[in-house]
Amino acid sequence: MIEAVGLTKRYGAKTAVYNLSFQVRPGVVTGFLGPNGSGKSTTMRMILGLDRPTAGQVTIGGHPFRQLPNAPRQVGALLDAKAVHGGRSARSHLLSLAQLAGIPAQRVDEVLGVVGLQDVAKRRSKGFSLGMGQRLGIAAALLGDPQVLLFDEPVNGLDPEGILWVRNLMKKLASEGRTVFVSSHLMSEMALTADHLIVIGRGQLLADMSVTDFISANSADFARVRTPGTEPGQREKLTSVLTEAGGQVLSEPDGALRVTGLPLPRISDLAHGADVRLWELSPHQASLEEAYMRMTQGAVDYRSTDDRLAHLQPPVQPGQPGYGMPPQPPVHEVPQQGWYAPPPPGQNPYGGAPQGSYAPAPGPYAPPAAPQPGLPQPSDTPKDAR
Amino acid sequence: MTAPTHHHAPAPHAYVSPIPVRAAHLGDALASEWTKIRSVRSTMWTLGVMILLMFAIGLGVAAIASGSGAPMGDESALGFGFFGMLPASICVITLGVLTIASEYGTGMIRTTLTACPSRARVLLAKAIVFFLLVFSVTTVVATLVALAQVGIVDTAAAPTGGEWLRATVGAGAYLAVLGLMSLGVGTLIRHSAGAITVMIGLLLLPLVAALFMFSEALKSVQEFLFTYAIPSQMIALYSERPPFGDSGPAGWEPLLIMAAVAAAALGGAFALLNSRDV
Repeated sequence: MIEAVGLTKRYGAKTAVYNLSFQVRPGVVTGFLGPNGSGKSTTMRMILGLDRPTAGQVTIGGHPFRQLPNAPRQVGALLDAKAVHGGRSARSHLLSLAQLAGIPAQRVDEVLGVVGLQDVAKRRSKGFSLGMGQRLGIAAALLGDPQVLLFDEPVNGLDPEGILWVRNLMKKLASEGRTVFVSSHLMSEMALTADHLIVIGRGQLLADMSVTDFISANSADFARVRTPGTEPGQREKLTSVLTEAGGQVLSEPDGALRVTGLPLPRISDLAHGADVRLWELSPHQASLEEAYMRMTQGAVDYRSTDDRLAHLQPPVQPGQPGYGMPPQPPVHEVPQQGWYAPPPPGQNPYGGAPQGSYAPAPGPYAPPAAPQPGLPQPSDTPKDAR
Repeated sequence: MTAPTHHHAPAPHAYVSPIPVRAAHLGDALASEWTKIRSVRSTMWTLGVMILLMFAIGLGVAAIASGSGAPMGDESALGFGFFGMLPASICVITLGVLTIASEYGTGMIRTTLTACPSRARVLLAKAIVFFLLVFSVTTVVATLVALAQVGIVDTAAAPTGGEWLRATVGAGAYLAVLGLMSLGVGTLIRHSAGAITVMIGLLLLPLVAALFMFSEALKSVQEFLFTYAIPSQMIALYSERPPFGDSGPAGWEPLLIMAAVAAAALGGAFALLNSRDV
């Protein structure tokens, strides 16, 4: 069990982590997500006593890390696969760490076998690939057979076989009743590995909930509606009816409509009332990646812009075709990428609500039965992500 | 914590390792540091070069002195040990700095301090292992060189027991303590090249500066630097009386001064290591 209370870290004027409180429980894999520079590594370093918090505290099993009587036997950590003296062989490196905790040398050979490095144990780690370095780091974390495990980006540089191995290893470690805390940028990987998520942005807590709840609370759920392609008039008719009823309608490239803000039965009723036949009326629930992008889009520090090559092109002549604004279609197109519906009002932590913790609201397509405000709604819609 | 985790009930009890957990202590850290220092090539290289220099220079100087046949008066041949000790000290400084600064350079320090959160234990274990290794190697080499020098230069006076002790154990201890100071400076600076440069500067610059202080106004500064520069202290270690002027340390006193400086450097290193983010 890892418990952080009011954790804050400032580097000079920059606040890396602000008032972070969370618990990481044993028995499940807890994913730790956030954009680059959001404070994930700083938080992990504070958990391990490498950085001192400016305020607040973090404990492992009730003790600050630096007061644990034998840290490697209680906490295993992979922070940085390159945090190894390259001139030392894999075995000597692990042996020196094992001796530091009074772990017998046979255990070193055991973990070398577990991570599959037994054949290169005598080789200097300078020549290791990133994937081999990750395996060496995981071996170091497993040395003390600890109760709590922290992994910072464990699948970086691993091949598909290695990724699968890490995924199963995490799940196995958690199923044994250990606390497993994993940070990652790979959403698809987290969706498969983690049971619980802690999401931070700009050093503050954005979400602390199960993966299922996270997706239903943050996904841009929508209904896909398709009218008969043979009768284009029906599409315009339905669009105006749905817009009048308070829905937002966007057009998909293949002619379908993407409707938000109206529950499915209501769309069906409205279509029926307007005498429009429907060829498709389907709920769509977003992937973890989509839910994550939507939640963190306000908290991204480093964002790329289009490379327009503006200074490499000849100056644009006014009126020249191809550079003007294209005529606006009557119904807005769905942008192909980089766009996610804004979070519901009051849920964006940067939009006014000062509390870091994030109350999930029921998605618009959650079943209407037993509405409990503030509690996540179990959703029976198909999930793209899982 | 707004959402209860009703989808996944946590395991009823946390994992407990079948291997019993005992508290780690300084002995564990010593074993670990011994593994570390003998498993990198830089240890072998710096100590190998040091042994080579001590033998080559010590025996070479003795051979030249013997060949010249000039009378030595009441001086013993052990004083020639100094000429090997000065270049050896550069090797010891390098090893002392690398013992900790290479961990900062590679990031290994984060792994080490995660595996042993007690900064005091890590630093103490490094200092003890480094001291014992360098002290035993340099004492053995200094003894062999001293025996050879006394054998080669037959015109010199026979050394006393105290002179023998200072030329062997004293020389070994002086180099090892100088290395401990480098270990402290390496911890403070956290950068191998920077710390080695600082240490070599401290070793040689005072003497070089004093050489060019021709002005009468700087006479006192010049005398101080000549007396307390590290190479002068090494010469004083071999002599019963202050070698430069009437006052100044001689005999075992240079070792005590160096030990005090090294203790201060290590104390500062611990204070910073303990309070600084890694």
